[in-house]
Amino acid sequence: MALQETVGSTDVSRGSFINDPKIRGIIFQTVVVILLFALVYWIVGNTIENLRRSNISSGFGFLRGRAGFDVSSSLIEFTSDSTYARGLVVGFLNTLLVAVCGIITASIVGFTVGVGRLSHNWLIRKICTVYVEIFRNIPPLLVIFFWYFGVLSVLPQPRESIELGVPLGGENFLSFSTFLNNRGFFMPKPVWGDGSWLILAGLVVAIVLTIFVARRAKIRQAATGEQFPVFLTGLGLILGLPILAFFLAGMPVTLDLPVASTFNLVGGIQVKPEFLSLYLALSFYTAAFIAEIVRAGILGVSKGQSEASAALGLRSGQALRLVIIPQAMRIVIPPLTSQYLNLTKNSSLAIAIGFPDLVAIGGTILNQTGQAIEIVAIWMAVYLGLSLATSAFMNWFNAKMALVER
Amino acid sequence: MTNKVAVMLGAAAFGLVASAASATTLDDVKAKGFLQCGVSSGLAGFSAPNDKGDWLGLDADFCRAVAAAVFGDGSKVKFTPLSAKERFTALQSGEIDVLSRNTTWTINRDTALGLNFAGVTYFDGQGFMINAKKLPGVNSALQLSGASVCVQTGTTTELNLADYFKANNLEYNPVVFEKLEEVNAAYDSGRCDVYTTDQSGLYGIRLTLTAPDDHVVLPEIISKEPLGPVVRQGDDQWFDIVKWTYYALLTAEELGITKANVEEMKSSTNPEIKRILGVEADTKIGTDLGVTNDWVVNIVKAVGNYGEVFENNVGAGSPLKIARGINALWTKGGLQYAPPIR
Repeated sequence: MALQETVGSTDVSRGSFINDPKIRGIIFQTVVVILLFALVYWIVGNTIENLRRSNISSGFGFLRGRAGFDVSSSLIEFTSDSTYARGLVVGFLNTLLVAVCGIITASIVGFTVGVGRLSHNWLIRKICTVYVEIFRNIPPLLVIFFWYFGVLSVLPQPRESIELGVPLGGENFLSFSTFLNNRGFFMPKPVWGDGSWLILAGLVVAIVLTIFVARRAKIRQAATGEQFPVFLTGLGLILGLPILAFFLAGMPVTLDLPVASTFNLVGGIQVKPEFLSLYLALSFYTAAFIAEIVRAGILGVSKGQSEASAALGLRSGQALRLVIIPQAMRIVIPPLTSQYLNLTKNSSLAIAIGFPDLVAIGGTILNQTGQAIEIVAIWMAVYLGLSLATSAFMNWFNAKMALVER
Repeated sequence: MTNKVAVMLGAAAFGLVASAASATTLDDVKAKGFLQCGVSSGLAGFSAPNDKGDWLGLDADFCRAVAAAVFGDGSKVKFTPLSAKERFTALQSGEIDVLSRNTTWTINRDTALGLNFAGVTYFDGQGFMINAKKLPGVNSALQLSGASVCVQTGTTTELNLADYFKANNLEYNPVVFEKLEEVNAAYDSGRCDVYTTDQSGLYGIRLTLTAPDDHVVLPEIISKEPLGPVVRQGDDQWFDIVKWTYYALLTAEELGITKANVEEMKSSTNPEIKRILGVEADTKIGTDLGVTNDWVVNIVKAVGNYGEVFENNVGAGSPLKIARGINALWTKGGLQYAPPIR
């Protein structure tokens, strides 16, 4: 007892403040922060000093210099006379293109496979399992190599291009003017003539009308219980109106067809094998992870929910669409964001097959100018910005999908 | 980055100069009993080991010629295979005595890296290679408009390529890779129509393709790539020995002295031949250089004259079959010219 009293009394008047856990915590944190700042200061100072001593110019002024190299595929115009800065923009847009296309495809494939893994059909279930296990367990670089060297580079030479179309029997062949060879995928390119705005206007009107119809149908169903074929009506509007506009405007759209020349097919839209293999590889690789996330999300919805839907008379498809998936989405979205970010970051593997993404073009500029620190800083800033933007969008989407608690 | 590397290499060089000041390179080499020569780790025709492990090629033979001048025996040489990145450091640090590794002579290397180029043993330039079987009508680079061109990224080759096509108003499609092996594989699989790099490299790479005979190197050369042996700056005697070994090879060809006839040439009455073979009375040419007076005889006995070295390694007598072109002697319309040995 006496001992306890002694301990209790010293607790308040404990001679040294070092023994006070609260003060001690503050001291330790201050020391760590000071050390951290000192480390950063030392690194920055050291770098600047070394650069100065090595006569290496620093700063971002070099970005205004003439690039001097050409880029194989670019969304904006780029020649060897353009600046390094424009080269980096070309790389950034290519990264963005692969990331956006990849995310869309990966989501579609991933959701399909994820739902397929829970199918009652043995064959579908097993095929989806095999898909997931194969792609999830191979490094993404090998998947890219598989598409590039294993699939696309063994396609025929330009002179023996595969022409896609429908055989009509005998000699007749309905050609789509679409070709596949080891230089990529070639398809007709629409050339918009005078009056093409009418087609776009038709499309916009159709979309607005479809949204309006959908709203009305929902209100009517809530009021009367009668259903309206919104999907078919919308499809008819979205396809029909632009086609009507096309004929009304006097068929202003012509096609630029790919035709054979000395070295390759020219004209039309060309999708390069470097882009194709990167896009397909990233999509299929990430889709395997998305499939698992979707499966986990669906299994995370309690069994009672599907039993309750069945009790209400919903068919299994309806139950999945109207009851299970909306609840599963709340579980799915946060890990899905990580997968989208992974896909974006994995797109830097493009360098292995020569697709001019941000890292590949930045690497070339780094080699030609020697401005290593600046280029690496730009890389980090761009990927960080891209990832934060994706994350912000997904957080917004998550908040929208979250269970509204009343 | 290049600047940084240059500075680091420069610093390494200074450290070395201090340690090497004690003895000349010639004394060091003689004391060791052999010449340590830096070569490429495997470029057919220039320096590549054969199945017995002997180094063959123009660059390797040049090393033998220097060894023959110093020791009277062309076999007293040890080869150090080096990558492009390692080569200058190896020379600066004293690991090798001479660098003979298809190295382009540029002002930056000559000055900032603290090196000296002893001459141009091979005048090279960037060229183009195509598959003649698939493109039968093409015999000039000016016909390449619209072609896909395979090139290694981050090289001067990539920049020369852009400049050449722009200057000639031609369009092209670059297919760029980071590693040489990737470029080779892409070209071999038919991903591109054209391969561009140093022309001698093209001949070497052609041999590694699936069907070498289908491919031809186009005549155009779009850049200057003078390749030659390199020594450290600051040892003029050693620099002279390497430089005059190269000139001796050229002079021997000019005078018709070959590996086969060098002994009988010694009894020639031509004063010029007598002078360079060291059989002139009271000659001091060899000893002034720091070697023996029969140094040219030793060089030619070891590897032959420049013409023989060229034909055996890269010319008609080799699988590469490169024409002499600008590497012919000046008397035959080429650029190979030696100052008089007298």
